[in-house]
Amino acid sequence: MQTFIDIVLFLMLAATAISIVRTKSLFAIVMLSGVFSLLSALLLVTLDAVDVAFTEAAVGAGISTVLMLGTLALTSRTEKPSSHSNFVPFVVVLITGAALIYGTLDMPNFGDPNAPAHVHVGPDYLERSVEEIDVPNVVTSILASYRGFDTLGETAVVFTAGIAVLLLISGLRRRREDEEADEVDDNEGQS
Amino acid sequence: MDFDFIIGHLNYWLFIVLMMTGLYIVIAKGNLVKKIVGLNIFQTAVFMFYISIGKVENGTAPIFPMDMNVDPSVAYSNPLPHVLILTAIVVGIATTSLGLALVVRIHEAFGTIEEDDLLKIERDMATREYELHGSAMGGRA
Repeated sequence: MQTFIDIVLFLMLAATAISIVRTKSLFAIVMLSGVFSLLSALLLVTLDAVDVAFTEAAVGAGISTVLMLGTLALTSRTEKPSSHSNFVPFVVVLITGAALIYGTLDMPNFGDPNAPAHVHVGPDYLERSVEEIDVPNVVTSILASYRGFDTLGETAVVFTAGIAVLLLISGLRRRREDEEADEVDDNEGQS
Repeated sequence: MDFDFIIGHLNYWLFIVLMMTGLYIVIAKGNLVKKIVGLNIFQTAVFMFYISIGKVENGTAPIFPMDMNVDPSVAYSNPLPHVLILTAIVVGIATTSLGLALVVRIHEAFGTIEEDDLLKIERDMATREYELHGSAMGGRA
């Protein structure tokens, strides 16, 4: 049953991804990427990652769609057809995919309880979080307590990105007005 | 390679197909916004791959009952990949927004967000500079 749901959701994801490849309208592409994020959130729920699914639905389908629509409003709406051939990228992607699939052949089966990932620190967190942190959601207790410094580093990254975006965007209107003023000056000088 | 092996690895392969679709968009398409959408697809596929490593057969989400009486017979999925990917999603949106800000800035400076047009503009600028410096030194550049 799990495999069946996985495959149905995957087919929907693949259909969305392929229509993103083929669509030219950037508005449609942004909307399809929101659909992709929501479908991937569904798939994450079937993989037991409810917190991640929640974040993916809020951040991937919500905020990033809004940011991309803002970019479209400031730039252009359609994609120009590319002039060079698609053969070389296709071969590159095939080779990379084949290498990755070759890499998975050594991995344990999906859901195997004796996989290396489940016998190292994972069980420790599950056992000790009850006494040490006393929060029902283990993901929360790891995120905020055991790996609190990771979360601090994440906040630093988000802060840096926010400053960089502000620096890049901030002078937009001022520069545009300056250009218009220059053009007016030029026209007056010529006449 | 038997049937169990294929069923057990099918999940990984499906995610790799999605990753490669995203990578193809990044390499083959010239529009900068579309490239960022492709990067997002690649990234989401990697997240799903990573989470699927943390899945335990017949397991459930790693959330205990409210009274904290943990039943030892219940299997919980590994919470550690979930935490790492939560961090990665938030960092991912930060880098996406930085990329989109760069796209807006490029459109402001060059008037286009198509890779082909940008390359052409840059080539023209280089040619003009060569001609300028060449004539200043009294010959061909």
